[in-house]
Amino acid sequence: MINETKTPFVRLAKRDAMDPKKAWLIRVGSIVVALILSSIPMMITGNNPFTAYGIIISGSLGKSIYLKQTIKTAIPLLGCALAIAPCFKMRFWNIGAEGQITAGAIAASYFALYWYDKVPHPVLLSIMFVSAAIAGGIWGFIPAFFKAKWNTNETLFTLMMNYIIIGIVAWLQGGPWEGRKGSQLIPMFDKASRLPEVFGIHCGWIIVLVLVVFMHIYMNYTKHGYEIAVIGDSENTARYAGMNVGWIMMRTMFLSGAICGIVGFMVVAGANHTLYKGVANGVGFTSITVAWLSQLNAFAMIIISMILAILTKGANTLQTKLKVPASISGIVTGILLFCMLGCEFFINYQLIFRHKTSEEVRQ
Amino acid sequence: MENNYAIEMRGITKRFGQVVANDGIDLKIKRGEILSLLGENGSGKTTLMNMLSGIYQPDEGEIFANGKAVIIRSPKDAYDHGIGMIHQHYKLVDVFTAAQNIVLGLNDQKLDLRAINSKVQDICKKYSFAIDPAMRIYDMSVSQKQTVEIVKVLYRGADILILDEPTAVLTPQETERLFDVLRNMKNDNKAIVIITHKLNEVMEISDEVAVLRKGKYIGTVQTSETNPQALTDMMVGHAVVLNINRPKYDQPKIRLQVQGLSCIDHEGIKKLDNVSFTAMGGEILGIAGIAGSGQKELLECVTGLHHASAGTIRMTSNDDQHIELIGKTPMQIRKAGVRMAFVPEDRLGMGLVGSMGMTGNMMLRSWRHGKGVFLNKKSPEQLAQKVWKDLEVVTPDTAFPVRRMSGGNVQKVLVGREIASHPSILMTAYPVRGLDINTSYTIYNLLTEQKMQGVAVIFVGEDLDVLLELCDRILVLCGGKVSGIAEARTTTKERIGYMMTTVGGEEKTK
Repeated sequence: MINETKTPFVRLAKRDAMDPKKAWLIRVGSIVVALILSSIPMMITGNNPFTAYGIIISGSLGKSIYLKQTIKTAIPLLGCALAIAPCFKMRFWNIGAEGQITAGAIAASYFALYWYDKVPHPVLLSIMFVSAAIAGGIWGFIPAFFKAKWNTNETLFTLMMNYIIIGIVAWLQGGPWEGRKGSQLIPMFDKASRLPEVFGIHCGWIIVLVLVVFMHIYMNYTKHGYEIAVIGDSENTARYAGMNVGWIMMRTMFLSGAICGIVGFMVVAGANHTLYKGVANGVGFTSITVAWLSQLNAFAMIIISMILAILTKGANTLQTKLKVPASISGIVTGILLFCMLGCEFFINYQLIFRHKTSEEVRQ
Repeated sequence: MENNYAIEMRGITKRFGQVVANDGIDLKIKRGEILSLLGENGSGKTTLMNMLSGIYQPDEGEIFANGKAVIIRSPKDAYDHGIGMIHQHYKLVDVFTAAQNIVLGLNDQKLDLRAINSKVQDICKKYSFAIDPAMRIYDMSVSQKQTVEIVKVLYRGADILILDEPTAVLTPQETERLFDVLRNMKNDNKAIVIITHKLNEVMEISDEVAVLRKGKYIGTVQTSETNPQALTDMMVGHAVVLNINRPKYDQPKIRLQVQGLSCIDHEGIKKLDNVSFTAMGGEILGIAGIAGSGQKELLECVTGLHHASAGTIRMTSNDDQHIELIGKTPMQIRKAGVRMAFVPEDRLGMGLVGSMGMTGNMMLRSWRHGKGVFLNKKSPEQLAQKVWKDLEVVTPDTAFPVRRMSGGNVQKVLVGREIASHPSILMTAYPVRGLDINTSYTIYNLLTEQKMQGVAVIFVGEDLDVLLELCDRILVLCGGKVSGIAEARTTTKERIGYMMTTVGGEEKTK
């Protein structure tokens, strides 16, 4: 009756809880590991990793123009991460932020293109803001409605909604909103439809910082936030406590979509000054990483979105300065994300080796 | 001598942590016979059989198949020895056909569907089954799914069949058909074990009965030489004196009247069938029954969490007004002014939020209180402090996630919160399951305290000794029907045990 041969060499066990200090050490360690691993492709292409890292930093933060571009990249990332945080807290896997951003961008663009000479500047921007929020909200509400009524799979549903809305933009680009015939482009917005700049960056940065505070309060100090947390832990408990789970899902997804819509408004009115198919530019997906890495903490999202923006911007500079192929910069970003997300595994689980277990059993 | 037995188990012991599920059990299974394995919930029947089918390995003891010592490491090993088990919860792939499910996992042959179909047909003909090999599982009734499971086991050449509560989900007609099949297999010299706690079925189908109680082997008797009452006595054992304090409340008052309550679960199975009873303020009404006899559904219907298909549930308020609870959501019930407290069976999955601390969990009852959009965290925090102190909950602080507390402390948090809502009806499902003796007595005392304040307490329990000493009256459920309501002070353990195992049993005079 010896069962020892059946015990695998290494097995996993969930940790109870880790000392937060130790957990942060592991997280910092993971970044170090990522930097070491990333230097391998750099050396293969014949570059000194230290120089390369130096360029990434100086290329994203070194000059005020670089810094501004980096912040511009971080704004939609941060906004969108804030938007999906309540969904993820509720364990509603909204991966349709991309589409919700686009929906908001379309609504804002409509008013930007056709109302710019009809109403005063602040009124126009307010209309664009509100309409973008409503459009994004509706785009988020639809999958939540189907989930609440017929328990459809929200992951697939939100993903598919992305392709629908991007298709709509493509149609607008080549059809009703096309500028010069045959250009397949929507014309640039009039000055009246653009976001004003504060300290040289469009004022979207103020909006997202306000959203950070709003989301922090919403998640931690309101009844809504409590309902979301309870549903995320156990839907049965939520029902037991008398919560209307379907209604809360729809409400939360509307809010999430609305914030994504606002991000879309900031992107078209602040950065691009026009609308095109790739308006969301993968932000809806990258922001999932931001939200996870910051463990849904609104303030941590500021730091994480800045780190990712630094990487993106710095990698671009790297490409022009060292003639490193573009794909190498992608590899560096990938390795970093992999290590940072992967280290959470070691925070939550421990590895148990075979001989150790048999000792434990004997005790 | 040994060769007479298909399977012989000697001194089998299985522990899960500190819990001893099986304690030195000996069991012999003969060919050409049907053996019933009888016992209450948690008596270790399924665990024992899982060791034969390779799901678990015994910690101590030996298993002999056809007289030879064997080690069964996996279900595949079990099949190699001709042992096949039909689990209580079917293990079938919904989108596959019957034939695909039957050959699933057999990778040592070419997938020749025609040959498979004809072999399946042969098995069906031999034992008079009726299934279509090309039918998909999701189109099948519960009884057809069971048939697929049985054919699957036979297809793999098993001649020792173990069925875990096969009749639990079947209608009487389907049960009859299953028994015919089992008799056919018995005549074919197969060894059959059925795990059950329905005495009438034991008497009808089996040749021998082996009885387990609390993980121990009590004995084996010939069915022809025993009777239901004798089997019940073996199953429940003699009453144990627990010395639970049971004072009497002076002015009991009707609190809850349930009439003709029926309900159906999401699979369409009738879980409650015409249940009627009254719960009085100032008494503890015990609910006894084999697990899954409708206890959970009964409580969830009263709290508005489960939809009732028929009947009325009338609650009497303090000013003698009647409030109908059927058709109301939990929130509507609360808004109608009914103070109802509920300690559900699934503590962390339903009664509490595991990731939150005591304060967050106290809020589960009060999170709507206060105007505006903001949470009132102050009064839940005060309540958490009070429960922490009064019930001596072991936790570093009120923010410590309850999921990481021990079982007894989790239950104290839950019961403490529910009692703090000053209920007029307090319902508890298995409130002492998994708790140590001291915590159990704390819970008993809290419930009795509530009773003496005029609260109608409903106590769903599994330990008959506790039910007999704690409760004033005991309602016994069997298969979703009320088998009877007994006065706890005068009835006996054997009597309750008998009512639990008698389908729709009426009060029979002895």
